[in-house]
Amino acid sequence: MLTTEALVKELVEKNGKTRNSLMPVLQGIVQKEHYLSEEALLSVARELDLSAADVYGTASFYTFLDTVPRGKNIIRVCKTITCHMKGKDEVIKVLSNALKVKVGETTHDKKFTLLTANCLGWCHKGPVMLVNDEIYPDLTPQKALEIIEEYAKEEKKA
Amino acid sequence: MENNLKKVDIIFEIDDKCTPLDVVVKTLKRPADEIILDLIDSGLKGRGGAGFPTGLKWKFARNEDSDVKYVICNADEGEPGTFKDREILDRVPEKIFTGMAICGYVVGAKEGYIYLRGEYNFLLKPLTKKLEEYNLFLKKNNIDFNIYLKSGSGAYVCGEESALFESMEGKRGEPRNKPPYPTVAGYNSKPTVINNVETLVYTTMICRIGPEKFRELGTKDSRGSKVFSVSGDTPVPGIYELELGMPLHEFVNEFGDGDVKAVQVGGASGHCVPRKKFNDTIIGFEGIPTGGSMMIFNSSRSMYNVLHDYLEFFAEESCGQCTPCRVGCQQLLKGIEAVKKGERSPAYLDDLKKLTGTMKIAAKCGLGQSVGNPFNSIIDNFREEIIY
Repeated sequence: MLTTEALVKELVEKNGKTRNSLMPVLQGIVQKEHYLSEEALLSVARELDLSAADVYGTASFYTFLDTVPRGKNIIRVCKTITCHMKGKDEVIKVLSNALKVKVGETTHDKKFTLLTANCLGWCHKGPVMLVNDEIYPDLTPQKALEIIEEYAKEEKKA
Repeated sequence: MENNLKKVDIIFEIDDKCTPLDVVVKTLKRPADEIILDLIDSGLKGRGGAGFPTGLKWKFARNEDSDVKYVICNADEGEPGTFKDREILDRVPEKIFTGMAICGYVVGAKEGYIYLRGEYNFLLKPLTKKLEEYNLFLKKNNIDFNIYLKSGSGAYVCGEESALFESMEGKRGEPRNKPPYPTVAGYNSKPTVINNVETLVYTTMICRIGPEKFRELGTKDSRGSKVFSVSGDTPVPGIYELELGMPLHEFVNEFGDGDVKAVQVGGASGHCVPRKKFNDTIIGFEGIPTGGSMMIFNSSRSMYNVLHDYLEFFAEESCGQCTPCRVGCQQLLKGIEAVKKGERSPAYLDDLKKLTGTMKIAAKCGLGQSVGNPFNSIIDNFREEIIY
């Protein structure tokens, strides 16, 4: 695996050394490392010639640009009204029990983080969740559990 | 009851004899001013929710004197209850690209960007592939226009056009003061046309079918059709393209579950219409305009929960830049909680309504300005549910 510094250099190279590249660079880091460490933020500031405060300011604004450690798989259950009406609470409950974490927490083995999200744009097929970039509509608690088990299996293989 | 609801098939229609690729080649042979006149004639207004006349927007950008201009497709669809743009991006992306290329030709822009919300990242791969093919097609036909894809990172407010530019420029997604408007100084402070996904598809289709056909649909104030995202207590949730200007009761007859108590028109930032007003509510710019979100609630739903959910949403998604919105959203949420618990008298709701009035005039962008829409319409129509 690339070191953080090498990864940042590679992303800056690819996107260009301008402020306009900041979002794609930060997104690229999150994709690989699941969150933005202090080291990553400082490295981006250096490479793009920005102040560290500017970089942190931008990063901390966006929900998907986490600045606290996250698990390898980030689960975001939609909590907005229609998913609420269709039973997102039960989905969260069953995931929370299975993973033994509360919403906002990461499992001890750093494999999963359980989060909620505002409207994911699948209101006709709620409840729904994102796992990383993959979408899972029409959930039931049972289905959600099976999906997470699949991810856990993949983890073991890898 | 008779139902006159007219279903339309323009957005998703596929015609192999006249593909979006044919449309762009044909349209770019016409004088730009003529295309603008067609769009103005058609009566097309922005489909993102704000409803600015599209032809005029293009005209303003065209009239700006600048070497560099941009066309941006706003695919940061974040309004709760809206999911039509995702479907359009998934099913007919070439129609969007074509709208952008035509716009580029009309206003004199060589670069186009699609700002896709982070929640739709699963669309990045297929869209990138289709964009590569499309850009290559443009190049082969000597059309000097290239479209790029940018990704958001989970901020509702970035759907606000100036916040979207800030985000693309690598900054916090905080809305700018207006004026200047995007057609004067948008992305990179250059003249920019920013249109909603659906609006761009309609521009493509108006170029194909002509403004008259589009004008025939809808009403005097709301020409054409619109894609609606229908969700909530309905046996048939999904996406429907309907003629604008329909009375809400016809919509409810078609999509309701027979027990409809209220419809939230226009998403969390829209208006809640109670059953008693279904008959005299028109869906369109002369009545209640909408970006397409139609959330249906039946009699089993607590409107306190609905409002609480919306306010929680706004409190989280407020960018925090201006005080009326940042503090206002929090106080509205705390306020209804306090009234519910009996810590505040029911009359406190009237104070909170005044606060939404302040937010409407003092908040910097549409987010803070429109929180009063759901708040007042729910408090006014379901006051007892908020209190008891």
